[in-house]
Amino acid sequence: MPAFFLRRILATLPVLIVVALIVFLMLRLAPGDPAAAIVGNSGTSEDIAQVRTALGLNDSLPVQFLRWVQALAQGNLGESFFMKIPVTELIGQRIEPTLSLAALTLVVAVAIAVPLGVLAAWRHGGWLDRALMGFSVLGFSVPAFVLGYVLIWLFSLHWQLLPVQGYSRLENGVGLWLRHLILPSIALSIIYIALIARVTRASVAEAMTEDYIRTARAKGISEARVLIRHGLANAAVPIVTVIGIGVALLIGGVVVTETVFAIPGLGQLTVDAVLSRDFPLIQGIILFFALIYVLINLLIDLSYIVLDPRIRY
Amino acid sequence: MKIRLLRLTALLALAGVTSLASAQSANPANVLRMVPQADLKVLDPIWTTAFVTRDHGYMIYDTLFGFNEQGEVKPQMVDTYESDPEGLNWTLKLRDGLVFHDGQPVTSADVVQSLRRWAQRDGLGQKMFAMLDNIEAPDARTIRLHFKQPFGMVLEALGKPSSSPPFIMPKRVADTPANEQISDTTGSGPYVFKADEFRPGEKIVYVKHDKYVPRDEPASGTAGGKHVHVDRVEWVIIKDAQTQANALVNGEIDMLSWVPPEQYAALKANPKIELLTPVPKGSYTLHINHHVPPFDNPKIAQAAALTLNQEALMRAQMINKDLYNACPSIYPCGSAYAAGSTAYFTGKPQFEKAKQLLKEAGYDGRPVVLLNPSDFTLLNKFPPVLAQLLKQGGFTVDMQSMDWPSLVTRRASKELPEKGGWNLFITGWGASDTMNPLYFAPMTGNGEKGWFGWTTDDKLEQLKNEFLASMDENKRTDLAHQIQLQVFETGVYVPLGESQNYTAVRKGVVSGLVNAPVSVFWNVKKQP
Repeated sequence: MPAFFLRRILATLPVLIVVALIVFLMLRLAPGDPAAAIVGNSGTSEDIAQVRTALGLNDSLPVQFLRWVQALAQGNLGESFFMKIPVTELIGQRIEPTLSLAALTLVVAVAIAVPLGVLAAWRHGGWLDRALMGFSVLGFSVPAFVLGYVLIWLFSLHWQLLPVQGYSRLENGVGLWLRHLILPSIALSIIYIALIARVTRASVAEAMTEDYIRTARAKGISEARVLIRHGLANAAVPIVTVIGIGVALLIGGVVVTETVFAIPGLGQLTVDAVLSRDFPLIQGIILFFALIYVLINLLIDLSYIVLDPRIRY
Repeated sequence: MKIRLLRLTALLALAGVTSLASAQSANPANVLRMVPQADLKVLDPIWTTAFVTRDHGYMIYDTLFGFNEQGEVKPQMVDTYESDPEGLNWTLKLRDGLVFHDGQPVTSADVVQSLRRWAQRDGLGQKMFAMLDNIEAPDARTIRLHFKQPFGMVLEALGKPSSSPPFIMPKRVADTPANEQISDTTGSGPYVFKADEFRPGEKIVYVKHDKYVPRDEPASGTAGGKHVHVDRVEWVIIKDAQTQANALVNGEIDMLSWVPPEQYAALKANPKIELLTPVPKGSYTLHINHHVPPFDNPKIAQAAALTLNQEALMRAQMINKDLYNACPSIYPCGSAYAAGSTAYFTGKPQFEKAKQLLKEAGYDGRPVVLLNPSDFTLLNKFPPVLAQLLKQGGFTVDMQSMDWPSLVTRRASKELPEKGGWNLFITGWGASDTMNPLYFAPMTGNGEKGWFGWTTDDKLEQLKNEFLASMDENKRTDLAHQIQLQVFETGVYVPLGESQNYTAVRKGVVSGLVNAPVSVFWNVKKQP
């Protein structure tokens, strides 16, 4: 087990190096010059040339890459071309809103989806199953931003219960924090509820056909205990996998929800960085995401050991 | 029974959270929360010509001169000034009581170094310093300028409202090389920038500069007394237009600096909202690449101008008739300079004339590449309409869609369109950019040294130089009219029309907005 852990940690290094190289090259080869974006509408070719020189963009690609890698080796992700703020600081400012939104979304999604999936599996083929799966199709189909606007109209503008937009940091109090995240997390969780409910239903339904379920029932155990203790527990591996992937997707894929609710998270930061061609910031964010994805996958693999004792590394 | 109890508990919990949070989020009466024109990223006002950086500059810096509401230049940091009749020697005296945010007095040495740094990047500043023989600070309050030849635009240059106004910084900050961004935001303006609360993409905070001494005159434009009636201004960054409007209606923000056209009708109809027009109309322009065929032939550029239908173009982009008007002049319509002739250009389509010109010019039917910034909602509805108009006028059009950063990169390319260059693109400006021919960056006829499009037009450059040297307003007006005719003669660029940008505020809560050529936020009051 420790050997596996060490192996996996070491395996992240080549992944990150490859990601760094690809991102660096793609940004330089893609159209769009950060200097042109910086000087603005009235700027001239001469202004652009001056800014390019100041940013080191006229140096050869190997020189630029080497400079970046040298800084990286010292734990320095560089400085935003536009804001002159360290990339680590900018990412640091945005982690809390994104993690909060992702965590709350996941809690809502799991709390609703797993029971629904188990119920659907329990009544497999019945009206409850069909209704729940119909709901899950709806969940997949309604874009988060549409649901977001509907929730804002209802809860914020009509009933005036919750704010339209923004994020309040935890340091300002849990009440405010929660208040700003209720609507976005509901809007965002619908698709995850649909996804997790479907996977839970399929996994539990399959588990319920196994011999040990028949044995458990023959022993006279209550149906609820059979369903949860034997059915759900044995179906946990694919469910946890989907939840894990969901976490990874949530951290990087909440752009639309963040935009609709004006949450200053990593998704918005990524889009801003890409649209302004802020190379150091884009590189830093993508490396950060790559690291998060690798770590989440590692955690998922480790969770298998807990969930299924037959699995050994 | 259990279910009922659970439901009741859940409802009580939600009510508890919302009521507790409501109490905590009460909007303090002396904090003005507003959505600015765009997200603030670059803090150095000479590093970019972005409007939002300019607006940030007006918050924290002061200027030597300002433009009042009537378009007249008035002293701002300057107390008195004088020049000889030829305009070769100028003496400016700073007013008493000017201090930077760190408590240090503003001196003429700060002014001289700030102007030197500004002039390294700003086009008009470069022209002024090219004609300057000497600029000196003989004592702490006096600045002397001596010109080699007459320069009639000293006041207009020092009071330039946009896009890079000559803001005054402490000498230690202005000593920063012009090719390096400043890292110290100390100014002497009415607000202090809270660097420790700067969260780009989220919130930008300013607090009142307690030691600021406003002028005695009433605030007018970028001139007059800059009084601060709130303790704190928060620029809240909300990107989505619908969310901006929702947040304003819900009272979460007090002011929306630029109302998105798609939200105009809804906000106009809302009794809780008041729509204001503190900033004059802006304009949109079509830019033509004269460096490569077919527009290296001015007749073909004129033909493109003849296809324009300003009404159709502006309607498509601005959606609502309240938000635009046709204006064939290159200057803001209604201004003195705009009264001049626009020659053949009427802003209405003249397809047959265009076709005739194309025939005379020997247009070979090669596709003209029109750049379409499809991600930029303030511009992306123009190109499809323009493409159709050009086709009706006899052009073959290749409209290429890209994001705005790609467009601003591509417009710097002098290559042929098939090798990554371009023929046409559209962009927008504030009235402060177009009010004076020497303020307007695209007004160049110096070929490859000029703005994108690289028009070579010696006569235009000559007229600009005469305008620059003249101190006689009547002569200047005449020259401005001649410049307009020359712009249409060569087809340097073509105006598409004017747009009215509205500012939306919570009715009865926000008042006192100053009418100015650019967005300024002093004198604003917020009622509890």
